[in-house]
Amino acid sequence: MRRIEFEGKERMNRLEKAVKIILTTLGLISIFTTIGIIFSLFEETFMFFKEVSIVEFLTGTKWTPLIEPTHFGVLPLVAGTMLIVVIAGLISIPLGLGSAIYLSEYAPKKVRKFLKPILEVLAGVPSIVYGYFALTAITPLIRNIFPETSVYNALSAGIAVGIMTIPLVSSMSEDAMMAVPDSLRNGAYALGATKLEVTKDVVIPTAMSSIVASFILAISRAVGETMIVAMAAGSTPKLTINPLESIQTMTGYIVQISMGDVPYGSLAYKTLFAVGTLLFLITFILNVISRHFVRKYRRAY
Amino acid sequence: MEPILSIRNLNFYYGEHKALKDVNMDIYKNNVTAFIGPSGCGKSTFLRTLNRMNDFIENVKVEGNIIYEGKDIYSKEMEPVELRRRIGMVFQKPNPFPKTIYENIVYGLRKNGVNKKEVLDEVVEKTLKAVALYDEVKDKIHKSALELSGGQQQRLCIARAIAMQPDVVLMDEPTSALDPISTMKIEELVLELKKDYTIIIVTHSMQQAARISDYTAFFLNGEVVEYDETSKIFSNPRDKRTEDYITGRFG
Repeated sequence: MRRIEFEGKERMNRLEKAVKIILTTLGLISIFTTIGIIFSLFEETFMFFKEVSIVEFLTGTKWTPLIEPTHFGVLPLVAGTMLIVVIAGLISIPLGLGSAIYLSEYAPKKVRKFLKPILEVLAGVPSIVYGYFALTAITPLIRNIFPETSVYNALSAGIAVGIMTIPLVSSMSEDAMMAVPDSLRNGAYALGATKLEVTKDVVIPTAMSSIVASFILAISRAVGETMIVAMAAGSTPKLTINPLESIQTMTGYIVQISMGDVPYGSLAYKTLFAVGTLLFLITFILNVISRHFVRKYRRAY
Repeated sequence: MEPILSIRNLNFYYGEHKALKDVNMDIYKNNVTAFIGPSGCGKSTFLRTLNRMNDFIENVKVEGNIIYEGKDIYSKEMEPVELRRRIGMVFQKPNPFPKTIYENIVYGLRKNGVNKKEVLDEVVEKTLKAVALYDEVKDKIHKSALELSGGQQQRLCIARAIAMQPDVVLMDEPTSALDPISTMKIEELVLELKKDYTIIIVTHSMQQAARISDYTAFFLNGEVVEYDETSKIFSNPRDKRTEDYITGRFG
């Protein structure tokens, strides 16, 4: 046989090095951008807390930064956000988990192939469409049942946010349940377990870490959701647990001020950053918890 | 000798593909019966028809009869969940649940309404001793089963199967994922267990079949070429194809 001439590895080595440098740069750009955002957020927040005490901000129950006498208690906005999160969670967690269980364990292959993409389309709908849907479809429906409901109310917006986050829960949970090996299911079946028992005792516990992570992700998404609440939940910061009232969330407030004509550098302007920082910290903590769950309960399977 | 399972004219289809062709066989009580044959010959498919584990595969069809205690296991009177309590199974890859050793063993019992602590404790100790795992794990019975080695996990799976006090234990290549020492322990265990149970084992290894089984069936392309006492199959096969296979000419 003819002797084969191999090309030198030198050219390849240079390419390897170049690729490494390019990829490192790309990685650093995204890291520095994030640091830059956090830095500018914290800087203005720091300026805000020079004028308003942290204690007043975190424990005050009145939020009237634009009207004299001004109050800077963020609790009404936090309560508004929490109300939306709870309503959205009550919708997205049971519906999302239910559809995930159905798709992974009960649906015949053909049905799954057909249903899964449809469910994922829900995630692709722009949130402004959901906002519109909340205003024109959900709110009138609620007002039919409870006539005293305000035009803008937490319930309507919460339901819309919940529907929007169903695919987050269902898609991630279903992937986790599908990843549970059939050998485990068969092991339980071979001991005389029924389908429900296999799902309840084997599939869900094995996939638990990802299921919980999907819940937290959906909650974190609901905390940060802006368009729907700005459109349908109202703009009345109020410390209430009545979902039929008009409220304001942290994100809703930020939108309102960003679009209004608040002078640059004023105290009202700085509130944006304080609220933004708080929002950032909440979602950041939720994401850390979610990652922790995925890691801690990652099994050998 | 009284057969515990009688298989008559069994055909099995995956969609259009006929995976088992007219299988007839009697399985005898308190014996070890081995199924051998090359990959794709239908031996595992046949094993799974015996406790209806094929029910979970879409688009399959079964024809013929499998008689167990006077009843056809594919008839309407037979509840598959009940059948699987009586005919247990151990799989190719050890598949303990992500639970404690204790909970793995008592899982089947709990699902059938046995919850008394004394009963469960006794079963755990007895079955762990029966599979020769007790001394190795007695201090970590309430720890995760996933911490055990592969061979220990497989013995735990056998313990889990016999905790249900089944009549028959089906084993689908139970040692194929294990090292030689673990394999040897499982083989010793099988010989021990046949006093109390009827064991049917699918194996890739002819030496294993020769070592532990009383009866051997040789499968080829979905047919049972030869079924007889193991000693006869290995010393004096009637069919040329069986002889070719056991002498290593193919497969």
